[in-house]
Amino acid sequence: MSSTHTGAGPSFGAGLPGAPIDLGRKARPAETAIKVVLFVSAMLSVAITIGILVALVEPVVHFFAEVPFGEFFSFDEGTRFAVFPLITATMVTTVIALLVAVPLGLGAAMYLSEYASRRARKVLKPTVELLAGVPSVVYGFFAVMFVTPTLLQDILGLGVGFTNALAAGLVLGVMIIPTIASLAEDAFSAVPQALRQGSYAMGANRMQTTLRVVLPAALSGVAAAIVLGLSRAVGETMIVALAAGSQKNFSLNPLEGMQTMTGFMATTAGGENPVGSTSYNTLFAVGLTLFVITFVINMISIALVRRYRQAY
Amino acid sequence: MSVATTTARETVQLATGRSRERSAGSLVFLGLLWFSLFFGVMVLVVLIADTAIAGAGRFDADLVTSYDSTLFPERTGFRAGILGSLWLMLFTALMAVPLGIAAAVYLEEFADSRRWYNRIIEVNLQNLAAVPSIVYGLLAVAVMALIGIERKGIVLGGAIALALLILPVIIITTREAVRAVPEEIRQGSLALGATTWQTTWRQVLPSAVPGIATGTILGLSRAIGEAAPLLMLGLASSVRFDPEGMMSPITALPIQIYGLSSSSQDAFQEAASAAIIVLLVMILGLNALAIFIRNKFQRSW
Repeated sequence: MSSTHTGAGPSFGAGLPGAPIDLGRKARPAETAIKVVLFVSAMLSVAITIGILVALVEPVVHFFAEVPFGEFFSFDEGTRFAVFPLITATMVTTVIALLVAVPLGLGAAMYLSEYASRRARKVLKPTVELLAGVPSVVYGFFAVMFVTPTLLQDILGLGVGFTNALAAGLVLGVMIIPTIASLAEDAFSAVPQALRQGSYAMGANRMQTTLRVVLPAALSGVAAAIVLGLSRAVGETMIVALAAGSQKNFSLNPLEGMQTMTGFMATTAGGENPVGSTSYNTLFAVGLTLFVITFVINMISIALVRRYRQAY
Repeated sequence: MSVATTTARETVQLATGRSRERSAGSLVFLGLLWFSLFFGVMVLVVLIADTAIAGAGRFDADLVTSYDSTLFPERTGFRAGILGSLWLMLFTALMAVPLGIAAAVYLEEFADSRRWYNRIIEVNLQNLAAVPSIVYGLLAVAVMALIGIERKGIVLGGAIALALLILPVIIITTREAVRAVPEEIRQGSLALGATTWQTTWRQVLPSAVPGIATGTILGLSRAIGEAAPLLMLGLASSVRFDPEGMMSPITALPIQIYGLSSSSQDAFQEAASAAIIVLLVMILGLNALAIFIRNKFQRSW
């Protein structure tokens, strides 16, 4: 172990040492080197973010050198580079996904944190999280092979085409249930027990306590969970690439097929566009738009999480 | 029943709270909660059953031992995709695991969270964990361009994309595992004269191994199912030989499934369904392994 401190320490009669010694700060050259290596590894995550931005910006600059801004930020689905039809399609699938995932995710979270016993929670939580482990390409295949033909066309009798935003949104919603459930459960569990006991003492039952005390108290955490779910839904690719369609469609009708931002990227990357061409660079322009949108959403979610963690 | 008895009964019921838990409203509410809890499981059961039935005809040896075939759709196989996925996982782990553990150890054991640069790392990690996976594909394309490799669809590029993707997952779970090691162990080690690094290497890390392993396996099981970033890197769905090095063209199981799902031939759809079951078995197997490690080696101090 340490060789510098094996000699006589301060004798007991010598009085208290002036300042407490920080044992973590003993200098050793080799350990400083290790610390630098560890620090560099941690900084790499920042480098990755900067890398993402740089990687996206350079082709985007080339892109806008050839395509005018007006054509990219165009609402016209006939325009080759228009991004707004992609954004509205992303909005449609995301809203459907949230309509599925918010009530079901919050319901599952309420049960896990307010009703389930400790042992039941230990089994039920991983079960809900299993949903997150299913690959999105499998969900996409399921949407095309089962949800659209069997559920929507045969059982519900909706006049939907082979690809439609409804099936994609529904399956997307199932996929983000665990995201919302997991974060919302954290927020519910963080609500102090005293609030619940106060509520029971006033004669409220468990439903009233859950809905009128725990839910409002955890509201910023619940909001963070929903916002993170939203971000997941916006960025998910394979489900919408398979089930939503590959045709730009400036429509809000979920029964129609439409192409989302990520769906566009998947189609373009899979196609035969030479690197550096304008159509290849569109990939980066749409990718940057997607990154900026999800970045803003994530920051909102992080800020909300911080707020509910500080509240108690 | 007299008024007094009724009032008394109501008082008793209110005091125990039992009857109020059993009012129609709260029973409906409980039913809804049960429904939301089991809705996901129901979907999963339907998904697996429907896919397994659709792919039932293809659970044969060809499925895992032969390459894909356009001439004989009923004998097409996923050998290239299965091997490709395993190769990608190996190289992804080699890149992401040491880096992720190093970053997590720095943040937990060495970093002063009041410093601005450490706070930037924190927020940035939370943010990276939620960046869409397809964007990681674009980043890997840029990294490949940076190191001057133009070839598309090779092992190296795919592994870089997946390693970047699971790095935040590994960092976050490793930090949790390291944080769970009680402070007394560190203090005891420091009190015996060990330095911070000696404490970390000989006491903290060995205690955190089960947690780190669990996080790593969960990260890898996420990587094995990803198709979007690999699509960005130009992985083709049809490769008819085994991977043999970092520069070898490669495909992955999810990419092959994606490629086949747009096919109009029934035999290909059937093969894709069977391949999905293979993929799910791999992923659920990894998840089960992670849960096993967590339960078997979890320590309570």
